[in-house]
Amino acid sequence: MKEIVVISGKGGTGKTSITASFAVLAGKSAVIADCDVDAADMHILLDPNNLKTEDFFSGELAIIDENICTQCGKCFDVCRFDAVEIIENKHTINKISCEGCGYCARVCPVNAITNIPLNVGKWFIANTRHQQPLVHAKLGIGSDNSGKLVAHVKNMAKEIADQYNRPYVIVDGSPGVGCPVVSSLSGANYVVLVTEPTVSGLHDLKRVYELVKKFHIKAGCIINKFDLNSQKTTEIIEFLENESIEHLGNLPYNEAFTKAMTECKTIVEFDSGEITNIITKVWEKVKTTLT
Amino acid sequence: MKIAIASGKGGTGKTTLSTNLASYLSENNKVVLCDLDVEEPNSALFLKTEIIHQEKKYKGIPEWNKNTCTLCGNCQEVCNYHAVIQLGDTIMVFPELCHSCYACSDLCPTNSLPMINNETGTLTHFKTNTFDFVESRLKIGEEQAVPLIKQTLKYIDNNFSDEFHKIYDSPPGTSCPVIESTKNADFVILITEPTPFGFNDVKIAIETMKALNKNFGIVINRYGVGNDDVINYCKKNNIPVLAKIPNKKEIAELYSKGELLWNKIPEVKTELENIKNFIFSNIKN
Ligand code: SF4
Ligand code: SF4
Ligand code: SF4
Ligand code: SF4
Repeated sequence: MKEIVVISGKGGTGKTSITASFAVLAGKSAVIADCDVDAADMHILLDPNNLKTEDFFSGELAIIDENICTQCGKCFDVCRFDAVEIIENKHTINKISCEGCGYCARVCPVNAITNIPLNVGKWFIANTRHQQPLVHAKLGIGSDNSGKLVAHVKNMAKEIADQYNRPYVIVDGSPGVGCPVVSSLSGANYVVLVTEPTVSGLHDLKRVYELVKKFHIKAGCIINKFDLNSQKTTEIIEFLENESIEHLGNLPYNEAFTKAMTECKTIVEFDSGEITNIITKVWEKVKTTLT
Repeated sequence: MKIAIASGKGGTGKTTLSTNLASYLSENNKVVLCDLDVEEPNSALFLKTEIIHQEKKYKGIPEWNKNTCTLCGNCQEVCNYHAVIQLGDTIMVFPELCHSCYACSDLCPTNSLPMINNETGTLTHFKTNTFDFVESRLKIGEEQAVPLIKQTLKYIDNNFSDEFHKIYDSPPGTSCPVIESTKNADFVILITEPTPFGFNDVKIAIETMKALNKNFGIVINRYGVGNDDVINYCKKNNIPVLAKIPNKKEIAELYSKGELLWNKIPEVKTELENIKNFIFSNIKN
């Protein structure tokens, strides 16, 4: 089983539209994982039927039992996150600031503090309209640990792929270069980078590729809207050559992407011409590289 | 006044709005723009700047002193993030996982885990012709964005008085880094696109702002594509739509070159004026 992760560093480059297209092209050979848990949009295009919904717990939150607390102030002294507040002369924990490090509970002389497991979101196993398994999630508001939820979504997808003998796991990765994208990348066999020829597209591509390199994963790149700025496209291609990143293909600037999305369809179902052709070729290339 | 610009998903025009609004407001006001999207800071790409100050930023992580350690195992026991682990007769620290809570260090009976500085990124203070600009950039490999965001906010508070209008380009999403970036703002602008993705993500961002009790409004970018779901939703829920930035290839092209829009495209200037008027008349101070 091979795991293909699609990332872009910068948002809005068409990453999810392209990932969902791969999913449609792969059909029953793939299990899909939406690891962009902060802005999970894959379900909009794949229209899944949720078969299983579960809460996800990760990390802890401290709470003070005011009947036991003697207001000694020790917790306030040790908390490095300004999460212990004194409200109306009572020590209380600010839920949003608490990082669940557990330090306060360890020093409270009367054991007034308990750490409760934190519900950080929900995750789902679903069946898409193309009859393929999709694992996706919804992060709770202001939750930390999205990296752990990402890891969980990916592991579930892999387990399903193993069980049902599906050769591919296709992952819509997280944005940025921090903890969630690190979780998205770990264990991947191939990374598809989606970029656009803009100053920020190139900048973010370089940053996220620095991270990919640390994982020693093979990578290929799709330049979306390549005709928007030919100079930037040339710069991107140079960068790909220097780094030996496979140049998988160029997609034109085309409102069809947005139109397809507005109809909640993937671009390969909506367009029967050039764009579908290019994406199909890219998908074939990725498969060939992986065999 | 503190204005944070955020969005549920990335790539909806957060940086475009932040840089253009900062530049536009700086015509008649003291302005500082702060790029808090430390994972992918992009604002600088759109501005002509001169560096006036740069500093490395650090977080505390424990460093093991093997000579005094008695291998009691307490550190591993107290770390909730598995960032310190005992392997045989060695204590290993994983800096990327450490949240700098100091528990292992303070509670080590032999003081064998003093906290040392570990670089997390770089803060740079720039000047443009008309305003100040501060960005922080997370070092690649560092996983925690929040400590760097906190330090950057502190830098702004220490260096700029209340006379300044402070504009924060926030990270995308609705998790910790966004909460940190928006929690002290007087007003939050959520920017979105009128598409099903934009609609889905902005609803989550709206819930987040409501949960934080924020004063906020919506700006629609690439107006003209997609459908009216976002606008209808805002109407129904009494959420102010401050501006609609039109969908134009010309805008996408200027953006691709890293250029500001408001001084070249009159419609953009009009929309910025709408934003300014709304915020200035709704927020006193
Ligand atoms: S668990 Fe940690 S972060 Fe939360 S209140 Fe206690 S010391 Fe502070
Ligand atoms: S350390 Fe315990 S007793 Fe002291 S103020 Fe905190 S909760 Fe109360
Ligand atoms: S708590 Fe201190 S003495 Fe105990 S194992 Fe850790 S470093 Fe060594
Ligand atoms: S400082 Fe806190 S998070 Fe870091 S290693 Fe020590 S106990 Fe773990």
